[in-house]
Amino acid sequence: MLQDHAQTLLQIDDAVQRYRTGSGDVGPLVLDHVSVELKPGEIVGLLGRSGCGKSSLLRIAAGLAFPIEGKVSCLGRPVTGPVDGVAMVFQSFALFPWLTVLANVELGLRAKGVPEDEARKRALRAIDLIGLDGFESAFPKELSGGMRQRVGFARALVVDPKILLMDEPFSALDVLTAETLRTDLLDLWVEGRMPIKSILMVTHNIEEAVLMCNRIIVLSSNPGRIAAEIPVTMPHPRNRLDPEFRQMVDRIYALMTKRPAPVPTGSATFPGLGLGMALPRVSTNTISGMIEEVHAAPYNGRAGMPELADSLQMEIDDLFPVAETLQLMRFAEIADGAIRLTPAGSRFADMETDARKRLFGDHLLAYVPLAARIRMVLDERPSHSARSSRFLEELEDHMSDEYADRTLKSIVNWGRYGELFAFDEGSETFSLENPQ
Amino acid sequence: MQRFVAFTSLGRRHLPNQYDLLALLTIFAILVGVVHASRGAIEPLAAPGATEIHLDVAYLPYYAIRTTLRMFIALFFSLLFTFTYATLAAKSRRAEKIMIPLLDVLQSVPILGFLAFLVPFFVTLVPGSVAGFEIACIFAIFTSQAWNMAFSFYRSLRSVPADLIEVSRGFNLTPWQRFWQLETPFAMPGLIWNMMMSMSGGWFFVVAAEAISYNNNTTKLPGIGSYIDAATTKGENGAVLAAVATMAVVIVVYDQLLFRPLVAFSSRFRVELTASAEQERSWVRDAFLRTGWLKPLSAGPQRLFRRFALMRLTLPPGRANPQVAVRAARGSRLGDVAFTAVAAAIGAYCLYLIVTYFAAHFTLGDVGHVLVLTLLTMLRVIFGIVLATLIWVPIGIWIGLRPRIADRVQPFAQFLAAFPANVIFPLAVLLIVTFRLDPDVWLTLLIVFGTQWYILFNVIAGAQAFPNDLREAARSFSIRGWDWWVKVIIPGIFPYYVTGALTASGGSWNAAIVAEYVHAGIKQGGEVRNYTEVASGVGSYIAIATERGIDNQIWLGVAVMSLVVIIYNRALWRPLFVLAEKRLRL
Repeated sequence: MLQDHAQTLLQIDDAVQRYRTGSGDVGPLVLDHVSVELKPGEIVGLLGRSGCGKSSLLRIAAGLAFPIEGKVSCLGRPVTGPVDGVAMVFQSFALFPWLTVLANVELGLRAKGVPEDEARKRALRAIDLIGLDGFESAFPKELSGGMRQRVGFARALVVDPKILLMDEPFSALDVLTAETLRTDLLDLWVEGRMPIKSILMVTHNIEEAVLMCNRIIVLSSNPGRIAAEIPVTMPHPRNRLDPEFRQMVDRIYALMTKRPAPVPTGSATFPGLGLGMALPRVSTNTISGMIEEVHAAPYNGRAGMPELADSLQMEIDDLFPVAETLQLMRFAEIADGAIRLTPAGSRFADMETDARKRLFGDHLLAYVPLAARIRMVLDERPSHSARSSRFLEELEDHMSDEYADRTLKSIVNWGRYGELFAFDEGSETFSLENPQ
Repeated sequence: MQRFVAFTSLGRRHLPNQYDLLALLTIFAILVGVVHASRGAIEPLAAPGATEIHLDVAYLPYYAIRTTLRMFIALFFSLLFTFTYATLAAKSRRAEKIMIPLLDVLQSVPILGFLAFLVPFFVTLVPGSVAGFEIACIFAIFTSQAWNMAFSFYRSLRSVPADLIEVSRGFNLTPWQRFWQLETPFAMPGLIWNMMMSMSGGWFFVVAAEAISYNNNTTKLPGIGSYIDAATTKGENGAVLAAVATMAVVIVVYDQLLFRPLVAFSSRFRVELTASAEQERSWVRDAFLRTGWLKPLSAGPQRLFRRFALMRLTLPPGRANPQVAVRAARGSRLGDVAFTAVAAAIGAYCLYLIVTYFAAHFTLGDVGHVLVLTLLTMLRVIFGIVLATLIWVPIGIWIGLRPRIADRVQPFAQFLAAFPANVIFPLAVLLIVTFRLDPDVWLTLLIVFGTQWYILFNVIAGAQAFPNDLREAARSFSIRGWDWWVKVIIPGIFPYYVTGALTASGGSWNAAIVAEYVHAGIKQGGEVRNYTEVASGVGSYIAIATERGIDNQIWLGVAVMSLVVIIYNRALWRPLFVLAEKRLRL
């Protein structure tokens, strides 16, 4: 056990992290006692949806952020800041646009005080390794997305890190490019041509996680907790069409759509109860679109989430919020990795636009407390109008500013579709009248 | 890039080429000019000809160099100020609370009004030398250049992309390294654009500040501004025109030699995802890149700079620990309270000083009188801007929607904006006297004469940037006439117009101090008669007080004017700006 511990590259113990609200106070929980351990020779995936704190966790590992509670140690030493021996690859590439490819790769070395000649030599080697030969003097804006991310990798590898942290490194790339880059990286990893001992990656793509990782940590959302830890023992290279691979993907979908332990009141899908429920930004077009898709053949009212994700070309970060909005409004139920339309959902699918809007409005009033609240205030007031700021302030008591803003935007959008109330952008006022 | 250079210099092109020759000539000419001009700037006042202005046209190049040198010294100090002040404001949460509003106020205060106080102060610093007057003049130019540069830099520092900050933290870049590797490059395009704007504004001030009249005593620093002043007093219209032509040449030369290359260079620092279609070009930069000797020679300094920018320069241990820093930032409520208390106390004391000073020297009637004058000037500024808007917005839109014309007109409009309008003010006197016009009305036009071009070139830029698909959509729905103006194009260019009009209005307030009180000599039958045209307003009030050396009136004039300008900007321009940013940004 002791020896086992000495081998650990990165150890996060019982990390607790909270949002900070605009006024600097601590807000809702982001991470609730999360522990992660990284051992040599493994690729660990942090899988979860937006709001599960996976990026926060990665930044804690990188020494870029510090948990409010809990201990972090890296390469045997407590983490007090960015650690030598840990490098990070970003979703947005984060390249310096005014530096050439070579200068971007060299920067980390030169900043540490590595002499110019040596830095040049090592940078060229990294560029060579990652397949960027010939692009040394190009500027990032001249490169395609895939090439830019290669620069991101070269820049991370050049400092000879023991641990590579990746924050959704392929999600800003198109499908083909992402696949090529993934394969290239896996080849380098399997052949042991990188100095890296271990990789910790954040992803919201289940297939990507199953394709790359030795261990997948599934995080639940709001607050982020570890929902499951799944070892993946299939040897590289893995085949997406392999039944074992498919089974694992389905299992993870099921796991991520499993109903949480029943909470006595309110909805369990979104954080917060009643008025304090944070709503996702989902367009009403997407809502109708998904109802139609599930209602039609081949699903006929019941669709497995992985298949639905495939046929709608949506990743779980997009898919889940829509599905859960349907569940919240009682148009569908989610269980065991599948979504099933309720009778109301099926009726919705068969209706004309005006009838749909009425039904949507009715369900909105009945099942989303914020909508009911706004409508009640408007009905009560003689002027039938109310500033949005009063609702925003109420929301901010329950959630971070960002969430409050998003929630209000969603309710405006949904309310307009359901014709529950009108909203004037200029004066930021809700009212009951529709513009003439 | 660098390796490539090394190869060419080792290759067959050992000999300097024609571009080297050109570049060397330019550099030597600049060096000689600087040495020559700076010798004059530190002469003792009593030295023969130290402050004498010759109207011989042959002296003009020398005067032009003196004037330009002043501009560049001021620009240097503005940069220094920008790098320190803006950085401090961006890095310290507490300092920011005071420094940014202060900058905002300084930006709207009519600096020209303060000139009178600066002169005696700086002259006593270097008694008996021209240098004192030089410093006062340079300081005046500095005050016209520094604020918007600092603002731009501060804004850039606050908007550095979060992912780039994380990268530099991940690589453990020290604050020094981060400043040179990330923050300064990121701020570069905005800073260079604002430097150009500052230089444009600066010419106006240098012309006004060279011939400093204070207490009925005029000291003339050799320069184009003084030359024009002397020429107009003597009614030498030919000399005035020659000076105007020289000014034009100087502006074109500095633009071509300095700013075009800088703009072309700075396009690299723009954070954008795709390479923009049009590349800014500069023949000077291209020529330099083609030189055989100079470019490799510049590799040495470049490398030195890179090393300088990469020095670690760590703070003493303890501060360098980011976790400690984060914790410290969290638990500092007490510090905030103390800071606010001290700031409030200092503010209250200053207010007390001001109130007692004003109470001792002025009656409410004085203040009321100046307030009325200020409102008169405000009316002029508003009228001028409205007039310029009515004329230039349609013309600017017409030009901007025709790319080929716009490409030709745009540099010209920018040149006109840089051109110091006060150079031609004496000509206005000539016109007013000849045609017996009412100065109260016609001097109003001078206030916006120099600043209207900001509206023009911003509107042109806006119309150029107007998306083509929106134009086509408007055409396909046959939206024409009034509807097209009000619903399509004017909202489309509005953010650009507001930027231009805001700059124009700020400049107009400063121009008012010079434009409401102009004088010129006119030759009539062999003798020169001096005419002075006055429009009543706070500008002429300050100008007259300055000439007569009545300090109290200057204070009162500047104070009331500053206050009105600040209120005017807040009440009128800020809402427009917010509207433009929130609703109409395409």
